[in-house]
Amino acid sequence: MSLAVEAPARPLLTGQRLAILALLALAFLGVPAFASPWTIEAILLPFLALSLAGLGLNLLTGYAGQVSLGSAAFMAVGAYAAFNIQLRLGLPLPLTFLFASTTAAAVGVIFGLPSLRLKGFYLAVSTLAAQFFLQWLFNKFGWFSNYSASGVISAPVLGFAGITFDSRESRYLLALTTVTLITIFVHRLVNGPARINLIAVRDNETAAKVIGVPVLRTKLAAFALSSAIIGIAGVLWSFTYLRTIEPEGFNLDRSFQILFIAIIGGLATLRGAFLGAGLIVVFPLLLSRGSAWIFDGGLDAGSVQLTQRIVLGATIVTFLILEPNGLSSILDRVTARVRSLMGRT
Amino acid sequence: MDWYEFLFVIEVAVGGLLSGVMYSLVAIGFVLIYKTSGVLNFAQGAMVLFAALTFVSLVERGVPFALALVITLLIMGLLGLAIERTVLRPLANRSPMTLFMATLGLAWVIEGGAQLIWGTQVHALDLGISNAPFEIGGIFISNFDLVAAALALALVVVLTSFFRFTRTGLSFRAVADDTFAAIAIGLKLNRIQAAVWTAAGVVALVAGLLWGARLGVQFSLSLVVLKALPVLVLGGFDSVPGAIVAGLIIGASEKLAEVYLGPYVGGGIEGWFAYVVALAVLLIRPQGLFGRKITERF
Amino acid sequence: MTGLALSEPALQPERRSFASRIAPVTPVTASAAPALQLSGISLAFGGIRALKDVSFDVRPGEIRAVIGPNGAGKSSLVNVISGLYRADTGRIVLGGESFAHVPPGRLPGLGVARTFQNLALFPGLSVAENIASGLVFRRPAFAWLPFLPASRREGRATAIRVREIAAFLGLEAHLPRLVSTLPFGLQKQVELARAMIADPRLLLLDEPMAGLTGTEKAAMAAHIRAIRDRLGLSVILIEHDIGVVMGLSDRIVVLDHGEVIADGRPDEVRRDPEVIRAYLGPDAAPLAGAA
Repeated sequence: MSLAVEAPARPLLTGQRLAILALLALAFLGVPAFASPWTIEAILLPFLALSLAGLGLNLLTGYAGQVSLGSAAFMAVGAYAAFNIQLRLGLPLPLTFLFASTTAAAVGVIFGLPSLRLKGFYLAVSTLAAQFFLQWLFNKFGWFSNYSASGVISAPVLGFAGITFDSRESRYLLALTTVTLITIFVHRLVNGPARINLIAVRDNETAAKVIGVPVLRTKLAAFALSSAIIGIAGVLWSFTYLRTIEPEGFNLDRSFQILFIAIIGGLATLRGAFLGAGLIVVFPLLLSRGSAWIFDGGLDAGSVQLTQRIVLGATIVTFLILEPNGLSSILDRVTARVRSLMGRT
Repeated sequence: MDWYEFLFVIEVAVGGLLSGVMYSLVAIGFVLIYKTSGVLNFAQGAMVLFAALTFVSLVERGVPFALALVITLLIMGLLGLAIERTVLRPLANRSPMTLFMATLGLAWVIEGGAQLIWGTQVHALDLGISNAPFEIGGIFISNFDLVAAALALALVVVLTSFFRFTRTGLSFRAVADDTFAAIAIGLKLNRIQAAVWTAAGVVALVAGLLWGARLGVQFSLSLVVLKALPVLVLGGFDSVPGAIVAGLIIGASEKLAEVYLGPYVGGGIEGWFAYVVALAVLLIRPQGLFGRKITERF
Repeated sequence: MTGLALSEPALQPERRSFASRIAPVTPVTASAAPALQLSGISLAFGGIRALKDVSFDVRPGEIRAVIGPNGAGKSSLVNVISGLYRADTGRIVLGGESFAHVPPGRLPGLGVARTFQNLALFPGLSVAENIASGLVFRRPAFAWLPFLPASRREGRATAIRVREIAAFLGLEAHLPRLVSTLPFGLQKQVELARAMIADPRLLLLDEPMAGLTGTEKAAMAAHIRAIRDRLGLSVILIEHDIGVVMGLSDRIVVLDHGEVIADGRPDEVRRDPEVIRAYLGPDAAPLAGAA
């Protein structure tokens, strides 16, 4: 609603909308036709899954103000739920997605319960309980991985209405469609009536309580929705990108990665998740290419990895110092500059 | 329960208490910084790794034990100063959460840096403390754990008396209690912060040496933060005594749970059990056992 | 100010009809049931006793000032009434119900709204959204989900109501702006608008004049009087500046060191030797003009 008082009849095609439509057309039509296999496998598939995870966390942290350090665990819940639903129930794809996200939402609510009493760092640390407990659970109980000897399971090929999502392009399109639909939903959510609830709880919990915003319900709903979205991100991560599922892939480092995506991209913005995920996916690739070029392959893989870690860590610190509102606000400034230049000519 | 079983329970509990002191040791590094800067310094674990790795690498390169200790101390002090200057100062007046995220990034830089400089292989660290268990009244206690606990307690005593009885220590507390007032009466905030980060570096060194001697000096040393976090939450982020008591509680309950609960669920519960204990307590006391009660003003 | 009447059926409060309360306010009759009654409220923080056996009532349609020097316990009193603090002893009668502790989440339902001494707006929301947040408590379940007709209806009804309130307080021009970009005086009015939008029967204003310029103070006083006159609600006005409340309030409670030291009409309170002592010290002359 954004309470656009006297909502002036906006033109259907603003510049921003045109840009988004062009981007979608490129993503849906251009990429499958022209992008190299490497671009899809190494960049776009992880980008889509991580963007969605970043989006889910942003809903919780950026909008509702509750910091979570356990996002990867909810990705794992989504992935294992989808695996077991496909394996044991054989439900069609949309229902698999629905139930996997519902499972993640339910687990999210359970681990969100401490937020009703805890704040700030106390809450952040308590979300680590989700990270360690769930990772342990999937490791320890063979049932989740169908008693696979190695603990690593290969994700079955998804299929629906006669289409199997086996080829690279079809997996890409499945991920893209999912991410697009969920992003539209979240866009409507955070610009609708829920916006007031979320931001009121984030900005001033006491005032929110006194004016009758249902603080506890808002927090739990934020945990549920955020976990559901991150759960779907986990499904995409393991079914369309890696095509394997293992608990190690959803460790604490992954949780931090998702947090960084949300922060570097810009909290409480939707495009921030995409910008942040783009950076996190592309940056290491650039670094390893760059170091290969500079050192002419003289750097061993281990050192490259350590260097990546250092540079990434430093980038985060630099961002926090210089651009606390993330890539999203840089984009804002750039478009404003471009517009004023275009307006002048 | 017969007598031997009872002795076994005691033995497990004592072992847990002693390893709990080791948790407290890491937690105290956090508390020092939290009290003065209001930052939950996630990089504390990376500092522990960095300290231990620097020390052990120096010793391996033939530097005498005492000299290596002094050099490492100096390096940790410099590291603390550098962090204060390059990360904290530019982020002054920003939200505690922003500072926390910055220390997450910092942790990656320090971890990566430590391993890039000194290599990623595992180093054994021998502090010359015998690891042989000895017996008191039918209970076996690890000699190493006892010495480690004693060292940790000594450190706590030193820190506490520093805060109580020295001028600098008292100004620490003034800053912790009321930053604005402290500035108003002319305390040099930057210098105090720098001193605190240096002190945290020293604590990291002690923790790194003890933990390193037990686990080997390697990357996983930086993960001791994950052991310290539930201790912090339980004890309250701003309380040194809290960190100790919580460390003891978590150490003992974790070991007991491992022995008596672990077999029923397939073991490996030490990764999360401490968090569950901390959470259970927090639901009753949201500010931790010893944390300052937050009285909000409206 | 009939413009403030609700035009949307979706927004009709379940409680007694709004129209019955628009009647112009005539001198308050002592027989009417009080809008708020406090009896024997005591509150201590650790060893410090912030409130000692405080009792008074607020009649319907009355502006009731609570004054006292800094640290007298005024803010503690508001926080007890709004349930943010839990009184150690005493009862609070609100809307026909008696409480030892008022659950803060139930305040809007009981017809109570408040403002805060230090602004408690939501900086990340626009002025319009901040004002609208005062109606969230009345929103039907699930009306926060997108794509629902109910959500859309609710949104439209809220927007209309927000415009009415904004027009009343002269905030219309600022509605789309981010609230944190407004000057302090206007932010105070936004907070007042947020408190008023749900038609409370009792308005708690915690130092509404604090930090305002002289002109802004006059405007705020005019608003407070207009709200009471047109809507007939009761107001509890917390102030430390005794001059501000003299002309504005019907009855005044004076707190000092957590105790009620005087209670009565402005001219009675002004002459009260206890009050003079509390404000000006033991040797002071009577408050001649009282500002």
